[in-house]
Amino acid sequence: MSRYTSATPADRAEMLAAIGVDSTAELFEQIPEPLRLGRPLALPAGMSEAEVYERLAELASRNADAEEQVCFLGAGMYDHYVPAIVDAITQRSEFLTPYTPYQPEISQGGLQAMFEFQTAISELTALPVSNAGLYEGPSSVASAAYLAIGATKGRRRFVVSRGVHPHSRETLATYSAGYGATIEEVGLEHGLTDAAALAEAVDGETAAVFLQSPNFLGAVEDVEALGAAAKRHGALLVVAVDPMTLGVLRPPGECGADIALGEGQPLGNRLDFGGPSFGFFCGTEELLRKMPGRIAGETDDVDGRRGFVLALQTREQHIRREKATHNICTAQALNALAATIHLAWLGREGFRELGELLVRRTAYARERLASAPGVELLHEAPVAREFAVRLDAPVDRVLERCAERGIAAGYPLGREYPEHEDGLLVAITERRTREQIDALAEALGAAVQTERGELVGNSPTNAPGGP
Amino acid sequence: MAIVESPMQRERAQTIFEKSKPGRRAAVLPAAEVPEPPLEELIPARLLRSEPPRLPEVAEPEIVRHYNRLSRRNFDLDTGFYPLGSCTMKHNPRLNERVAALPGHARLHPAQDPKRAQGALGLMWLLQGSLAEICGLPHVSLQPSAGSHGELAGLLLTRAFHADRGEARTKVLAPDTSHGTNPASVTMAGYEIVKVATDERGGVEMDDLRAKVDDEVACLMLTNPNTLGLFDQNIAEIAALIHAVGGTLYYDGANLNAVMGHSRPGDMGFDIVHVNLHKSFSQPHGGGGPGAGPIAVSDRMEPFLPRPQVVRRARRDAGRNGGEARGSRHPRSGSGKADGRPDPKIGSGRDDHFYDLDFDRPKSIGRLRGFQGNFGVFVRSYAYILSLGADGLAEASETAVLNANYLKARLAEGRAGKRLPVAFERHCMHEFVLSGKPMKKELGIATLDLAKRLLDFGFHPPTVYFPLLVEEALMIEPTETETKESLDAFAEAIERILAEAEEDPETAKQAPYTTPVRRLDEVKATRKPVVRQPLD
Repeated sequence: MSRYTSATPADRAEMLAAIGVDSTAELFEQIPEPLRLGRPLALPAGMSEAEVYERLAELASRNADAEEQVCFLGAGMYDHYVPAIVDAITQRSEFLTPYTPYQPEISQGGLQAMFEFQTAISELTALPVSNAGLYEGPSSVASAAYLAIGATKGRRRFVVSRGVHPHSRETLATYSAGYGATIEEVGLEHGLTDAAALAEAVDGETAAVFLQSPNFLGAVEDVEALGAAAKRHGALLVVAVDPMTLGVLRPPGECGADIALGEGQPLGNRLDFGGPSFGFFCGTEELLRKMPGRIAGETDDVDGRRGFVLALQTREQHIRREKATHNICTAQALNALAATIHLAWLGREGFRELGELLVRRTAYARERLASAPGVELLHEAPVAREFAVRLDAPVDRVLERCAERGIAAGYPLGREYPEHEDGLLVAITERRTREQIDALAEALGAAVQTERGELVGNSPTNAPGGP
Repeated sequence: MAIVESPMQRERAQTIFEKSKPGRRAAVLPAAEVPEPPLEELIPARLLRSEPPRLPEVAEPEIVRHYNRLSRRNFDLDTGFYPLGSCTMKHNPRLNERVAALPGHARLHPAQDPKRAQGALGLMWLLQGSLAEICGLPHVSLQPSAGSHGELAGLLLTRAFHADRGEARTKVLAPDTSHGTNPASVTMAGYEIVKVATDERGGVEMDDLRAKVDDEVACLMLTNPNTLGLFDQNIAEIAALIHAVGGTLYYDGANLNAVMGHSRPGDMGFDIVHVNLHKSFSQPHGGGGPGAGPIAVSDRMEPFLPRPQVVRRARRDAGRNGGEARGSRHPRSGSGKADGRPDPKIGSGRDDHFYDLDFDRPKSIGRLRGFQGNFGVFVRSYAYILSLGADGLAEASETAVLNANYLKARLAEGRAGKRLPVAFERHCMHEFVLSGKPMKKELGIATLDLAKRLLDFGFHPPTVYFPLLVEEALMIEPTETETKESLDAFAEAIERILAEAEEDPETAKQAPYTTPVRRLDEVKATRKPVVRQPLD
């Protein structure tokens, strides 16, 4: 008997008698004999709780986490402080262990939490309609594309800024193979989406234009100006945003966005090596009945009490099957709850203050790094919480040197932006103190200098007999 | 029935926004420590927000009280029996929460250099191997975020597989008993769904299948055991039919909890399987997620797996320009040892391998999402697999099947046996389906009424009105972690509700009475949707 089951030999005997069989093996006889495994799985024997803990703790100890290193990594996921009440509340079994609220009378807590989440996200983005969350950021971008095909009566062409997160663009490309859609990318100029190229790229077959602000290189885009091209051709304007900047940056709903979405991790969710987190997804009133995912709605019970239910379920796969607006079922309710609690904890003033703090510390860090030897800005566009620099030495080697000093200095841009092989993306959160920023500037400068020295020393041009 | 309002029913639901008062706050932020120029000097004014979002203004004690109060308006698995069919509401071990919260997992940035994330990548490698062994398919991608995401992945793999052979097929077959996600995924992947009928034993109707199989069929999606809880004994023949026309066979793993360590989808002939880690592998459901839907695939599907893929290489030397060794893409039983057992050295200081992310996959369908997947879910599920081990997993499935058949036998007795007959009379696997058709006709109460009345007895109802081909369906999955006493109590509650309905059907028709709210007007919520708190 494993520790999570309770059937004693006596229970089993009674249960088998009630069923009318002699053994459980008889129940498995419905599986044709050749398809029965007939041997134990080639996995180790079960372990005690203490042993499992030790094994997992050992694995965890071989990761350099943000408690061990000073973390300037971002690129969509950020080392923000998650308040203690988030853990305390989300670990309550009443939130942790129920299924999707199919029985609303006994799920009012979860449903009301969804309703509050929708309200908070709608406030952040200044769009009237929010769903209760999707898997995560990049797949939410692909989900917006699916919506756009339907909303534009079958147009199948997407225009995407290269400022949109590379993971989002790649995910959109993956999904588009199924949608039968094509994608045209528009490049960046001085860190910002090339407005002329974008206007050129959008046409009457374009279902949606995708922007991100701040974009992947950290630059704050002029969404309203860029979006005009989408409006002219009746394409949807889809804008990915970093929720933590929305206390200070003009929200997408005020810039003409039809859909605003993004990665929710910065709101109350831990890094978790990339998930689980959640994606948020908001739209205009007109798009309400085309939205993907769960949506909680307010209603009354038979006695007139206020209550909440899953609204507009006729959009969803369990009702509409092949005609559903999306295939999503299990999403990220608990992660969305974490965000709701975090936002309530920050509150109206705290949220704005946090945004301001990020902008100012980022400005300080940018200036500080730019003055380090061998480090210069990759672009000079305005930034909010993340910025890109160029290093005058191989990025991977500089990162390694910083790591040896306990600093994860940033995200190397080379893999996804070959044109920025020397680029490094640096992210700031409220946890990154001035002292840590100063240490980063010092470490980066020193590492670049050391690598330069080695490079110069090893360079064939300096070798005897060189040109 | 006399109704006395409970204190919770008397309390009008109030959102956190309605508890807001200007000037209250919870968060105290760190001091800026840096120069504080006006924001307009850093970002042009036209790109700045004029008014902050109207988030609630509430101090911490009231936030805590608010959400604790909300939590009490939820029914949860830790409180009582939750026999939702096809959802596998098994116990969620708290050990798994503890290990997932270790800073080495919880505060690990997803873009960390693989060299400094060997524990995490090693864990993913081990989980891949364990799932490969359980599914009987050699290659695993952990990337899909949930079952439906795994389905979409599998269909896109199928599309890439056919395209690679110069074919563009149009149709995907699925039985009429399939989960709603199946046809929805088919449409998203750009295919047309073709429904296959169910025969009198609850399996795929073979003649109908034969009539629909042709070289336009890209894939057949199947759950086995199916949503009736029955193992389709023709599976080998079904697989042969599909493979003969060059199609792929997709296994919806929602019901994997029936067969772990007993039978493997790969051995049944499936090419692609998704596994719901939030079902069979104990990740808590969280009121609607998070989950994870890894896929396991056969050799011929491997080149198309999503990017990046976790691979194992010979250890690179001290790490500068190493890592060039060809990665192994065959996790086979998560091993490294000849007997197929995971090597305890993996991820330890004695491990002589390097775990890496492989982006160099030219035939890959590409990314399905950001970064590497729902790692926190992987930690919990791997802890669960370690806890149970080979024998424990097999025993879990065995007990799940025992519990389901026992409850089915209990419900074949007395009033339930008469009013709620089982849809297909044979031994079931981990779940079974009853029909409320006689109950509705003879007592005048529908399956919905029975479900709502169960709430007053402290039970979560089964899945209702699914699968669609059973009239007034109740789909019951008790799972292995329930005691015989719970199953007996549930059977007794059904018996009492039916007895009560014989006296007065109105009692069930007006139910529930004891829940925080009573039956809700779902039509209103859809006709005149209010989907956020108005703040004006």
